[in-house]
Amino acid sequence: MQDNTPHFRRLALLWVVSSIVLTAIVVFVLAPGMPPGNGTVQASGQVVDNTVLLGLSTPVALGVLLCLGYCLIVFRERPGDDPHLEGPAIRGNSSIQMWWLVVTTTLVLFLAAFGSIELLKDGAGGGQGPNPLSVVGNPKSTLQVQVIAQQWQFTYRYPQYGGFETNKLEIPANTTVEFHVTSLDVIHSFWAYQLGVKADANPGQDNIAYVQTKAPMNFAVHCAELCGVWHGYMFDSGKVVPKTEFASWVTQQRKYFSPETHLLTPYRHTYFPAPQRRGG
Amino acid sequence: MKQRALAVTIGLTAVVVVIGLYIGLYLTAQPGSATASPSAGGAVQLYLATVPAAATNDPHPTWVSYYVTNSQRQDWQHKTTFVVPANTTVHVTLFQYDSATGLRNEFFSQAIGTTGGGFTLNGKAVRAIPPANASHVFAIPALGVSVPLAGVAGNAKNPCSNAPCTGADYNTITFSFRTGAKGLFRWQCFVPCGAGYVQGFGGPMQTVGYMDGFIKVV
Repeated sequence: MQDNTPHFRRLALLWVVSSIVLTAIVVFVLAPGMPPGNGTVQASGQVVDNTVLLGLSTPVALGVLLCLGYCLIVFRERPGDDPHLEGPAIRGNSSIQMWWLVVTTTLVLFLAAFGSIELLKDGAGGGQGPNPLSVVGNPKSTLQVQVIAQQWQFTYRYPQYGGFETNKLEIPANTTVEFHVTSLDVIHSFWAYQLGVKADANPGQDNIAYVQTKAPMNFAVHCAELCGVWHGYMFDSGKVVPKTEFASWVTQQRKYFSPETHLLTPYRHTYFPAPQRRGG
Repeated sequence: MKQRALAVTIGLTAVVVVIGLYIGLYLTAQPGSATASPSAGGAVQLYLATVPAAATNDPHPTWVSYYVTNSQRQDWQHKTTFVVPANTTVHVTLFQYDSATGLRNEFFSQAIGTTGGGFTLNGKAVRAIPPANASHVFAIPALGVSVPLAGVAGNAKNPCSNAPCTGADYNTITFSFRTGAKGLFRWQCFVPCGAGYVQGFGGPMQTVGYMDGFIKVV
């Protein structure tokens, strides 16, 4: 029996209408609240990236799911159907093939270009290695903070303020910060979630990541690389504070850590500290 | 055929039970805990010791370790979970029997987070020690507490070999810190003191019950 139902037109109409509605909901309602939030320029950039990715993938996912659902419902076996009867064989459709290739190729190429541009724009908060392609802000006004990972705590050095080291991370608001991430032992990963910063901490490597802060806020810091028995406990918190508050905090920290500052190894981008192996 | 199936079933059941017991015992095995004793003014007191090697009957008699002891350095117990009350000052007296290894990060050569900002080393008030003199560190990162422990001289007359170290040379370190709300926190050493392991960070540094443990604030 010939089936004259316009299945393709029905499915296409269903897909177009539901895509418009659901994509609008995703882009304008769900996406703005997605992690990591809008605390920094890089975090906001990641929200935009996630919005674009989710906005483009919504119609694609809908197309697949609708087609599956439509087939399961419309082409299901009904009582009285011959269970051995199969539909007509599909021998190819050059028009569908051409459009499939055009649409998917365009989508993939667009996303590749979009991702590359977003990465080059401001580093996207990721570790760029010792020679970053994307240098953010004016180097003269950039705050440098060295993140030193060790089993199992992050410590921080401020080379522009005498190289003091502290176990607390504070950075000023409305400032470009250049994180120099390294490790003294195994591989760790510095993940300042709400800042939108994530950079691997490798021993002997200077991994640079940028962030442009906005208003004061608190943020969490986690190690994102399995690094030993206390990896799950390797977390702390940090603060973005007003510039005046940052200045007084630096003064207070320099004073508090003055007994040990002169004992520290002179500031370098990487360290290979002794002892490498215990003598005993 | 039936007998064979029965034998296979019994064998498989036995294997599953043995594996289950092994996993269960492994997961429930907890190093012992020690409760801090009351001290003057509502504070509590902990007496700890660090030794170059655990007792000879320990499963790892060559591993460096912390122990719980008393003010007379007797009654040695291999426990690394310390129970202390919330919102209380904790006085710690630490008898340090091991020799120096040195810090990989000199940052930990200064005491932080202690009451008054320092500690005493053999009765003398100090805030930092030379990084190369550190034998161990007692640190509770989540509470912001860290104290370096100076090692005994390499040419000490009576070095300790294995716990208990009664009669051996030692350094006495005292410090205090204040607890906050209830919670379970880890403490650890920051000196790479795991002898025989890459960079000294294996073995006792990676095993709860030797150079790390818990602070249970109740």
